[in-house]
Amino acid sequence: MAGSQWELPPELCCRPMAFVALTGLDVVYNAVHRAIWDAFCANRRADRVPISFKVLPGDHEYPKCRTKRTSYEWYIPKGILKTGWMNKHLNLVPALVVLFYELDWDDPQWKEKQSECATKVEIVRLVKVKLCVIGEDLVASERASALCNACDLSGKSLFVLPHTDHLVGYIIRLENAFYEHAQTYYYTEIRRVKSHKEFLNKTTHQLLFVRHQFKIAFFSELKQDTQNALKYYRTAYSLVHELRAHETNMLEIKTMAGFINYKICRLCFQHNTPLDAIAQFRKHIDLCKKKIGSAELAFEHAAWMSKQFQSFGELFDEAIKLGLTAIQTQNPGFYYQQAACYSQDRKQQAQQLCQGGLSYPSPDPLDTQTGGLDFYGQRPWRQGHQSIDPPDAEKEKTGILALQIKERDVPHSELIIALLSNAVAQFKKYKCPRMKSHLMVQMGEEYYHAKDYTKALKLLDYVMCDYRTERWWALLTSILTTALRCAYLMASVKDYILYCMELLGRASTLKEEQKSKIEKNLIKVLMNEVPDAEPDCDPSSVGAARSLWTDRMALAGSNELTVEVQDYIPFIQCKSRFQSPSFHVDQPIQLQVFLRADCPHPVNFHKLAVSLSNQEYNQWCVVEAGQENMTLSPGKTKCYNFSFVAKTEDVGKKIEMTGVEVMLGSDTGRCVFLSWRGAGGDAASTHEALQASRSSRRWGRGLESRQDVDWDGLNLQPSTMIISRVPKVSVQLSHQPPALTNEMFCISLTVQSQEENVAKDVKLTAGLKPGQDANLGQSTHVTLDGSKVCDEGSPALLPDVPLGDLKPGEKLEKCVYIRCVSTGPRVFLFHVAYSISTTVEGRHIVCKCHKDETVTIETVVPFEVSVKFVSTKFEPLDRVAVEIPFLLMTDVLSSSPWPLMLSSSSLQLQTMTSNTAQLQSQLHEVVLQTGECASECFCLRCPVQTSNSSTVATGQYLISWRRSSSGADSPLVQTTVTLPHVILESVPLYIHADLPSFGRVRESLPVRYHIENRTGLVQEVEMAVEPSDAFMFSGLKQVRLRILPGSEQQMLYNYYPLMAGYQTLPQLNISLPRCSASNTNALRRFLPQRIFVKPQGRELDDASIAAA
Amino acid sequence: MAVCIAVIAKENYPLYIRSVPTQNELKFHYTVHTSLDVVEEKISAVGKSLGDQRELYLGLLYPTEDYKVYGYVTNSKVKFVIVVDSSNTSLRDNEIRSMFRKLHNSFTDVMCNPFHNPGDSIQSKAFDGIVSGMMVQTG
Repeated sequence: MAGSQWELPPELCCRPMAFVALTGLDVVYNAVHRAIWDAFCANRRADRVPISFKVLPGDHEYPKCRTKRTSYEWYIPKGILKTGWMNKHLNLVPALVVLFYELDWDDPQWKEKQSECATKVEIVRLVKVKLCVIGEDLVASERASALCNACDLSGKSLFVLPHTDHLVGYIIRLENAFYEHAQTYYYTEIRRVKSHKEFLNKTTHQLLFVRHQFKIAFFSELKQDTQNALKYYRTAYSLVHELRAHETNMLEIKTMAGFINYKICRLCFQHNTPLDAIAQFRKHIDLCKKKIGSAELAFEHAAWMSKQFQSFGELFDEAIKLGLTAIQTQNPGFYYQQAACYSQDRKQQAQQLCQGGLSYPSPDPLDTQTGGLDFYGQRPWRQGHQSIDPPDAEKEKTGILALQIKERDVPHSELIIALLSNAVAQFKKYKCPRMKSHLMVQMGEEYYHAKDYTKALKLLDYVMCDYRTERWWALLTSILTTALRCAYLMASVKDYILYCMELLGRASTLKEEQKSKIEKNLIKVLMNEVPDAEPDCDPSSVGAARSLWTDRMALAGSNELTVEVQDYIPFIQCKSRFQSPSFHVDQPIQLQVFLRADCPHPVNFHKLAVSLSNQEYNQWCVVEAGQENMTLSPGKTKCYNFSFVAKTEDVGKKIEMTGVEVMLGSDTGRCVFLSWRGAGGDAASTHEALQASRSSRRWGRGLESRQDVDWDGLNLQPSTMIISRVPKVSVQLSHQPPALTNEMFCISLTVQSQEENVAKDVKLTAGLKPGQDANLGQSTHVTLDGSKVCDEGSPALLPDVPLGDLKPGEKLEKCVYIRCVSTGPRVFLFHVAYSISTTVEGRHIVCKCHKDETVTIETVVPFEVSVKFVSTKFEPLDRVAVEIPFLLMTDVLSSSPWPLMLSSSSLQLQTMTSNTAQLQSQLHEVVLQTGECASECFCLRCPVQTSNSSTVATGQYLISWRRSSSGADSPLVQTTVTLPHVILESVPLYIHADLPSFGRVRESLPVRYHIENRTGLVQEVEMAVEPSDAFMFSGLKQVRLRILPGSEQQMLYNYYPLMAGYQTLPQLNISLPRCSASNTNALRRFLPQRIFVKPQGRELDDASIAAA
Repeated sequence: MAVCIAVIAKENYPLYIRSVPTQNELKFHYTVHTSLDVVEEKISAVGKSLGDQRELYLGLLYPTEDYKVYGYVTNSKVKFVIVVDSSNTSLRDNEIRSMFRKLHNSFTDVMCNPFHNPGDSIQSKAFDGIVSGMMVQTG
């Protein structure tokens, strides 16, 4: 019987289809018949009409139709629905029978065939018979009607299936015709059942009301009229609840209500109205929840409820597979879960009710003569009984006892687990991770009850971590308690220890006495003894577990266990830290390990070891029993200090803690190593540290001088850097910034030792600090040699300049010269490294020390040089005439904050030549203060150019200088200034005048004009002197003359000044009629324009002349 | 009236759970814990529609056979869960809302206490009193 008593019958769960029987087909030996049958039953897709076909032999015996009742007056129904009824109409009573008969219309033995066919029809005549003739379609209507007459059938009932290739096409036409006939048949059946209604009365025939409505609905389904079917099922459902319910018929009512509800929900899903289905189901549950029935068989109600939920869940799930969408809060999972819940109730009730150790009654009250029940939901020992009181109290009692004993053998846990795992699958699909975890816990607990501890532990262990990370301690504790029982009953030492440790820990919500018990058990296990049984364990299992433990304990070896506790919340907490994030290599490295026990009793451990990334240090970080007090008191923090000396080769490296290990137990018993990764901490400590840092309490912490360390406020420091020893030397730099471009900038470095020992191998690295702009490396040069200006070959950084040893207190000086070719700021590094031997904690080590100094130096230009070209009259020139002298003027403006000494300057001419005999610099040892300017003037001439380019390079201006503060032996810096290019022009005629420096009123002033022909042609020149108010003059007023190539003509005029002061000389107009294009104005440029005329002296007074 | 009232931290661990003493406390813990699935789903669904002023009251989270579970989320993602017996049909949505509002006000008072460290479990007599007032009174 098992759970199957509650299974819904398959004929209820299937989709009813019209039943059509085919006879006269020999599908085994006749290939044609076989093909016909295959065409009917193979590939029945959704587009074919819903008919279930069956091949029956011609002489098949169909169920006999009982004589129809003509009156219900004295009829008392015995139950609601007969168990065979649905099956009868699905599989036994066909809607029509089709007789296949092979016949040729022109058969020679037509008569015989006809009568044989008629006989066959007569044999099967019970329901509607259709004759289907297989044969050649030679239309012979009179023969067909004759055949119909012979068989006593209407013409509509004769079908002809010709032998052709289009079998499937004909078959589809045939079955459509059959379907119509079947529809008619079921329609008449419905009419027939409906006609009973008028004979019924409400007092005695209540059951029949339900039965008839159900039948109508079922026939409607067979007719594929699902809308009406739903309507009739709904009526049947409300009628079933109108029945007078009492203890004896409760099961029958619930069973039928369940069936009808199933049909309604199924049709609702089919009609794609899932909300109607859910509403119906809710109504159904609300109506039936309280209909428990017999108290002694309460488990039956739970089983029935469970089944209701399960089958609804299955319907729901099936609908989803066909395209329905479910949501998180409304999915089949909830129904499976509830089904599981009722199954759990069933189990509980079964355990309460079925305790009697009585033997199974004999004769079996559950036996019936037929082997089954006549009506759904009735008791086998009083079938058909419909009155309120049971007919036989004794029979009733044995019947109930038999059911109870049967219930005892039901594998409840299996049923529950199957339902739960269905629910888990659903909740996983609908994004309910917590619901899933909850159900998995329930599954685990159920496995525990079913004594499958391995599976139970597997499930519990899987979900434990979810509850731990979400910090639901009450739930975690409950799961751990179950897990601990499993581990105990399996005698799984490692699991047992692990769960004990977490149950003792701070996340556990167990009471002190429970914890105390667990701790005692844990200590027992560590001593290799059998622990006490967990409370609430099944006594029979405890016995088995005890022997398992004894075996386990007797087993030699394997008494060492390592437990990774990082991801748990163990009862010993560990936090460790380096005292400082960095240690100098000459300091001992200090490390602290804090341990704290949360268990109710003090706990001893035997060893504490810290492992570090460099394993050579591990030996210093171990403490064993005997060396120190290794007892942890509950709630007290204990600190263990370690210190060791780092190796000098580890300078610049990081030391990390890779793990902390605490050994519980001893070698004599069982050793358990609690191992933390890194510097300790567990699954809960991150959150605790965060809370502690937020807490307002920490502000007051400094005030109360508590002995105990504040545990939550302890921070992990899992790594430390080993850094080099602090140098005890002073490095001082003296210099005069800013640096001037190109100069040898001197930085004087003073190193003074304050060491107690000799600093050996002092080395200096000086120069541009690496990591700056790459171009700076090209434009910066560093040297130690200050006697000459260094060249491009000098590096930007001088590495490892040996300075020898430095005794204590000794001082060392060194000058470093830096030449910066470009302006801008630069960072210079002075790195003094040395090694020194020292002693740390009795160990002799040689440390390398270094001291860095950096300085930022700005480089500026020392002076600005400006150059201009002027004529001999000091008029600015924009172009220079060939072979005519002009002046080059230079100005050197000092922009240096320090005084500059300009040693000398020189001019390197390229195309120009000096107009004077010697080009001598006017600058010699000139000191310029800031903002002062040194000017020079050179008279130059541009020779005739061979090339005809209009611009020519002038040359370079060289200045040698140094800071005036630097010594005489310091090198001179040579700064080269490239002079600008000039634009050349050639003049055909050059004219210049000789005249005295001044004139005197009414005294003759002789002026001689020289006119030179600079061309290779004879030049005709016209000259005219314009009259002037200030002068009278004598000489040729207007003249035309010729000048041979390269020769010169002189013209002498005597001017006679009439007015004193600056006077404009009479204008000399020169024109070249031959080459009118040439510019005479340009010529005028060479001539003096004005002259100063002194007033006439009364007497010759030397003094006055000199004053002028 | 409620059979269980819970306050859940932003990180989904319980700050406060109180249930009627007559029934299995653990069961309520599970009920509240599983209801967080729905709460999270509802919160994340709101986040997607932009500019939508979120209502704090989440309504009925999910029905079980025996209980109705209601949810409420503050702006700082602290969740309130109230579990009501399914048989208690007299309780209207409005009353549930007002219960949550009262709870929220009291919770705000707790948070305003300078000696309370947010994230620690709630230990406040005033809050206890408010919760007790909303719980089913069992003789």
